[in-house]
Order: sequence, then C-alpha cells, then structure tokens
Amino acid sequence: MAGLLIQIGVPIGIILLGWWFGKAAEKKHYRSINEREERHAQIPVLSASWIDSDQSCQKSSLAVGSVVISVDAYKKFFAGLRKLFGGEMVSYSSLLDRARREAILRMRASAPDADGFLNCRVETSTIAGSSDGGMGTVEVMAFSTAIWLKK
Amino acid sequence: MILSNIESIPGSEISEHYGIVQGSTIRAKHIGKDFLAGLKNIVGGELHSYTELLQESRSEAIDRMVDQAEELGANAIVNIRFATSSVAAGASEILCYGTAVKINR
Repeated sequence: MAGLLIQIGVPIGIILLGWWFGKAAEKKHYRSINEREERHAQIPVLSASWIDSDQSCQKSSLAVGSVVISVDAYKKFFAGLRKLFGGEMVSYSSLLDRARREAILRMRASAPDADGFLNCRVETSTIAGSSDGGMGTVEVMAFSTAIWLKK
Repeated sequence: MILSNIESIPGSEISEHYGIVQGSTIRAKHIGKDFLAGLKNIVGGELHSYTELLQESRSEAIDRMVDQAEELGANAIVNIRFATSSVAAGASEILCYGTAVKINR
C-alpha cells in the first residue's frame, strides 16, 4: 500500500511542483519580456537584408543572442496527453514563444547602441538532454547584422 | 574582421571573393551541470549553464572561422550561417560558415 502511494505520489508531486513553479516563472518571464520589448521598440529588427534610409551605413557587425529553455513537468505531462488526441500543443507554443522573444531581446542587447538589425534569422534546435528523446530542452538562437548609420 | 549575415557589408563594396570559410566545435556537457539541468526539467525555465556553454562554443566556432579567413587574406566575412546539431547524447556540434571577402571601405 505504502509502495503504491509512493509510486503514484511522486510523479504527481513532480507534476504539481512543475505546475506551481513553471506558472510563476512563465508569468515573471512574460512580464520582463514585455517590459524590455517596449523599451527597445523604436529600434527596428528586420528580416529583410536592406533598410530604406537616406543615411548611409557607417559600421556593421554580427549580433547573436541565444537561450536554452526547458519545459516543466506539468507541461510535459499535458503535452503527452495531447499526443493521444492531436491538436495544438498550447503549452509548448507558449514556451517556444518565450524562448524566441528572449533570444531576439538578447541579440538586441548585444548591440545596444545600434540603429537597426538587418537580416534577422531565428533558429531552433533540440539539444540532447531529454532522456526520452522528446522535446525537453530547446535552444533558440537569433542572429542578425547590426548597423550603425552615419549621423 | 567585419562579420555580417547579409550578402554584403552595408556601406562598403566587395572587391574580392575567397570562397567559403568555416569553423566548428563539438562540446560535451559537464556531468554535474547535466544533472542540475535534469532537475530544472521539473520546474522548467532557462538553463543558464547550457546557454553559457553554447555561447562559448559559438564564439569558439566564430574564432576558428575568422582565423581561416585571416589566413586567406580576407578582411570581412559575409553571409554567415549557423547550425547546431546533437551528434551524440550529451554532446552538440556548433558549426558556423560564411564567405570570406575583401572589402573597400
């Protein structure tokens, strides 16, 4: 009886732990992302490789930002259930959304005084770390060419 | 060395092409860090140790690419691309490649 309790109790405990901490962390992260995005909103990040401007470019350099993020036990559990019925995995999309926006913010932060970022590319890759080979840990990298215009 | 992921360097002209240059590195994770990352998988969130590791490897790969370009006599690399792949459990390869060019400023 006690063995059964432990067998069921431990995974449920882990999922609850993931739910509680994961939710708090996500809220906090979104708040920080929104705040920083607002602060940088006037500097353009483009996926095009040219900018329409009458000023000529003075300097350019590569800007890179990356983040490695992992899913919490609660999201993983419900995503597992979702696999039975199909449909959008909402819990994973919010995770990847956070990671992408964070990576772009870090790329911006690597060249804080730039006038713009051209040819922004975002790449996502799963890195080894999840024991069952599923989605556990993902890396998101954003890179672009930061430019400084002639004043 | 000026790096760019566009086909040209904004504000300057390319005078010579030297072909593709690349740099790569394969890094394994520290077992202690991997264990902590496993714990982090319960509560979710960012894995700072991994972010750091991959950033280090990326700058190492970029350095190697830059070395190669310098040997060829280039002063800029355009059209830089990155690729990450896990080659074995617990190890990942970071590759970065681009075209070495000479530019006139």
